[in-house]
Amino acid sequence: MRPFGYVRADDVETAIATVATEPDARFLGGGTNLVDLMKLGVERPGLLVDVSRLPLTGIDPVGDGKLRIGANVRNSDLAAHPLIRARYPVLSQALLAGASGQLRNAATTGGNLLQRTRCLYFQDVSKPCNKRAPGSGCPAREGIHRDLAVLGHSEHCVATNPSDLAVALAALDASVVLRGPDGERTVAATAFHRLPADLPERDTVIAHDELLTAVELPAPPPGRSAYRKARDRASYAFALASVAAVLDVQGGTVREVRLAFGGLAHKPWRATVAEQALLGAPATEESFRHAADAELAAARPLRDNGFKVPLARNLAVRVLASLADANHMPQLGS
Amino acid sequence: MATTSTPPVEHRPTASQITLRVNGAAHRLTVDHRTTVLDALREHLGLIGAKKGCDHGQCGACTVLIDGHRINSCLTLAVAADGAQITTVEGLSDGEQPHPLQRAFLDHDGFQCGYCTPGQLCSAIGVLAEAADGHPSHVTPLPGTGSGAPPPGSPVPLTSSEIRERMSGNLCRCGAYTNIVDAIEEVAP
Repeated sequence: MRPFGYVRADDVETAIATVATEPDARFLGGGTNLVDLMKLGVERPGLLVDVSRLPLTGIDPVGDGKLRIGANVRNSDLAAHPLIRARYPVLSQALLAGASGQLRNAATTGGNLLQRTRCLYFQDVSKPCNKRAPGSGCPAREGIHRDLAVLGHSEHCVATNPSDLAVALAALDASVVLRGPDGERTVAATAFHRLPADLPERDTVIAHDELLTAVELPAPPPGRSAYRKARDRASYAFALASVAAVLDVQGGTVREVRLAFGGLAHKPWRATVAEQALLGAPATEESFRHAADAELAAARPLRDNGFKVPLARNLAVRVLASLADANHMPQLGS
Repeated sequence: MATTSTPPVEHRPTASQITLRVNGAAHRLTVDHRTTVLDALREHLGLIGAKKGCDHGQCGACTVLIDGHRINSCLTLAVAADGAQITTVEGLSDGEQPHPLQRAFLDHDGFQCGYCTPGQLCSAIGVLAEAADGHPSHVTPLPGTGSGAPPPGSPVPLTSSEIRERMSGNLCRCGAYTNIVDAIEEVAP
């Protein structure tokens, strides 16, 4: 590992100003991904600016039913928070479906959204990778890609985003707050992560000198929500496919629906085609299957990951059907 | 951290003096910034209970408690843990009296080679505290679902499926899992 300088930030402004002046500086949060990538030689910062002790730790109502989550809230604390548990179950479930107890105790809200892909070629510096070394090529396209993208990939990159949290945030219409030297901007969660196109080195729209300071949740949507994830072992594995869904059914008809897929693309995949197909439709398995198929018609599987398409469809159908059934039960918190 | 006088990267020190409070004793040490808490414990302080298995946060053999929370010490930089209270497996016993969880691991044969055991023990201590604090897991029923869900914030009963899910960050290549679950279940309230 390359030797590096270390400073502990005393306030947000100074942390941002320090990183802004040094191209090879990085913000350090919980470190669960960055330190790992430094050991692998994928990240070689000259300076770490430790923001993990900045007081970005609140989970606070901010009016209009919104909730603001500080970037330093640990994954474990966010998943356990009574307001999240009762009003945004999809968010708590997504967090608890990811990583291990030890990792969730260290990983932060901001860091979770900024974690890098677990594509084997990205993590192996002896291999070409357009995300790590732009222009060097993408061996995953013809190589080991069973866990990689089926939607929205490009000739340059077939990586998937590994975050479960990001999938729930996409379904909840959450926003991400970014602070830079010139002030703050708010980006929709669905627009924060990007598709690879011809710039696979950019996972998100964040700039080098911007610090992710908070996530904002709008008031809970009507209906019920849930997260379901398929993986190679029962716990502590990244998603092969996952689904975050919000569903409101009145009189047997879909009144509101939000659906997002994880594990299928370079970003959480908000299923707008499926949502359009479901609005006003009868809340039946047949409708759910038709809608999921309509969304997944855009899939372009690689040689070894075609199984993800029916897997994602079946997950979506099961989650939506269980939420439709649960509509008969009293709701909490909304 | 005054920005106007921030020196360029190449002139920054690459080591710092820190204090780690380990099992009740304060240690002042100078660490290269690349040093993890795991390496500080093992190489600087001679506390070789916490093990280096994968060194990438995937196996849990390095698990220790930092400020009461179980974490992977291989992914935590020592400099970032300056001032922290750390408990390792060496700090669990009361003198010659093993911790009740250590006793239960012995009684239930919760290990074979023992390499993962310090991490399993520290992780299990964390599990007991988290469940007592009402922290849910992936298998905990949501409030309002009517299936025996604990009220938010109240202790979560540690059934064997709860223990299995919560301990999934600790791998055991000898496959002592069922006995580990039994040992933890015995100590759980």
